[in-house]
Amino acid sequence: MKTVQAPHRSAGAPPVTPEPRPAGRRSASPFARRLSHQARAYGFLIGGLICFALFSWYPAIRAVIIAFQKYTPGSAPEWVGTDNFTQVFHDPEFGAAWRNTLTFTLLALLIGFAVPFVMALVLNELRHARSFFRVVVYLPVMIPPVVSALLWKWFYDPGAGLANEALRFLHLPTSNWTNGADTALLSLVIVATWANMGGTVLIYLAALQGIPGELYEAAELDGANIWQRVRHVTIPQTRFIILMLMLLQIIATMQVFTEPFVITGGGPENSTVTILYLIYKYAFLYNDFGGACALSVMLLIVLSLFSALYLRLTRTDD
Amino acid sequence: MTQIAPPPRQAPPSVAGTAGRKTQGPAVRTLVSPLALGSTRGKILYWTVFCAVVLGFALAFLFPVYWMASGAMKTPDEVVQTPPTLFPESLTFTAYTDAWEQMQLPTHLWNTVVQAAGAWILQLVFCTAAAYALSKLKPAFGKIILGGILATLMVPAQALLVPKYLTVADLPLIHTSLLNDPLGIWLPAVANAFNLYLLKRFFDQIPRDVLEAAEIDGAGKLRTLWSILLPMSRPVLGVVSIFALVAVWQDFLWPLMVFSDTEQQPISVALVQLSQNIPLSVLIAAMVIASIPMVLMFLVFQRHIIAGISAGSTKG
Repeated sequence: MKTVQAPHRSAGAPPVTPEPRPAGRRSASPFARRLSHQARAYGFLIGGLICFALFSWYPAIRAVIIAFQKYTPGSAPEWVGTDNFTQVFHDPEFGAAWRNTLTFTLLALLIGFAVPFVMALVLNELRHARSFFRVVVYLPVMIPPVVSALLWKWFYDPGAGLANEALRFLHLPTSNWTNGADTALLSLVIVATWANMGGTVLIYLAALQGIPGELYEAAELDGANIWQRVRHVTIPQTRFIILMLMLLQIIATMQVFTEPFVITGGGPENSTVTILYLIYKYAFLYNDFGGACALSVMLLIVLSLFSALYLRLTRTDD
Repeated sequence: MTQIAPPPRQAPPSVAGTAGRKTQGPAVRTLVSPLALGSTRGKILYWTVFCAVVLGFALAFLFPVYWMASGAMKTPDEVVQTPPTLFPESLTFTAYTDAWEQMQLPTHLWNTVVQAAGAWILQLVFCTAAAYALSKLKPAFGKIILGGILATLMVPAQALLVPKYLTVADLPLIHTSLLNDPLGIWLPAVANAFNLYLLKRFFDQIPRDVLEAAEIDGAGKLRTLWSILLPMSRPVLGVVSIFALVAVWQDFLWPLMVFSDTEQQPISVALVQLSQNIPLSVLIAAMVIASIPMVLMFLVFQRHIIAGISAGSTKG
């Protein structure tokens, strides 16, 4: 190997050349030289490659295979056709899980989307304590999600919880929060928004700072008031980022698990069971890995549509 | 978990640029004109809004954190009393010491540290090496491999956890199980397309001449990577390190699947498992302790973290 390396080093040309280099050294044939270069390149690549193969590519293929199998760890898998899918379709929790996941995503979009945008808009106008605001808004993101979930579970507690206490303080009617079938999902959306919006606010802020000031000046000269400036300058200028973040958020919130698992356990009356939670239940409670994979494949297809859209948009903009 | 990742394509070049730059000064024209702000009415309005925002932020983001930290200092009776007290009647730290001992927090914290550190180191070693190979050595089928890696960005990670679990429980060919083993966290963490792509994009920016100069001086590939490329890549290595550490520390569902053995569980899983049968004040104290490392890291590196996130959006 040592002798093979020498000519390549001194060559100073890009490592892989389709044409054999002018024969400066005779010690190795171009073929051997290329082979050794490939061997070294793959030496660097191999660790990452194995991990991707084992933990990304193989599971993706396997999800599709197991979705059509009766699979229990320890015994040989059995092909069952589309049985897993029909069985999952007839599970009353299946409809509830999709409904909850979609409602959660939609609510998270409405709340977790408008709030950070308005927040960034206001923050961008402030001339003082800028870094203080950025640190404070991002602080909840750094708190482990499990801790924020447990923290809000305590806030929502009907007895010693802060949420109802605050309502009482303001002389408002108290709420059941996570204990009511109709309010539980919304309560979880609030938790997720609180915990995650820091990143969105920061990205919006950066986008707002990229808007050229002349545009605002020109709009003002044309007599545009502040709302018209937001509508005709700010929003069109940040439209691309808004769309990107919207898609990323849809993809992220459709995979919600920690909040319902920790705070409500899927209840009351299945009102907070999400798809990912159902996948978890099939695998680890019912020990039905076939059903879990069938669900995973369905979720995968839906989310891949959004991912594809996201990638398309980011590509075309380049 | 549901943390929103910045769009991958723009990040690396701007990370270096924005990391040191201060936030823009007041000279920049924004929505409201400086003229309107200069008037007396404008000034009054500005300071009213400013105070409202400070108050609102403190209430929305700082108060819950204060409530958690102070709740753990209350006595078990005080913490469940209605109406709650704003300040603890007397500062007691028994909840903290109880949490430390009863919930075996040293064990779980240590587990988390081991899992996060291992994932971080392996990710740095393997992702850097792979990114170097893909960016500079251009192996045969490199384009296809990169495409395969980027495709995993499209596939939502959480949706594939069950087949990933089955793979980890019984590795193909060698038939060993990584369950209840830190390797079950470490190795899957290496398959992080986002971080690998960040590194690859950064390496792409480094001109080939620099590396060739080193090779002419007789440096091997490994030497070039170690002494030339890596020292030039400090900013992106910092960003990748933070992403890697935070991801493992915050993760819940994957370690919940991997570690059924209580002794091995990281703090996030242990908190949830133990939350049922522990007094409220002790649980809150444990929550505070679990948050401290990440919050501290954030306060220390806040400038870099915030610059890194913001860089994700601005185009170059």
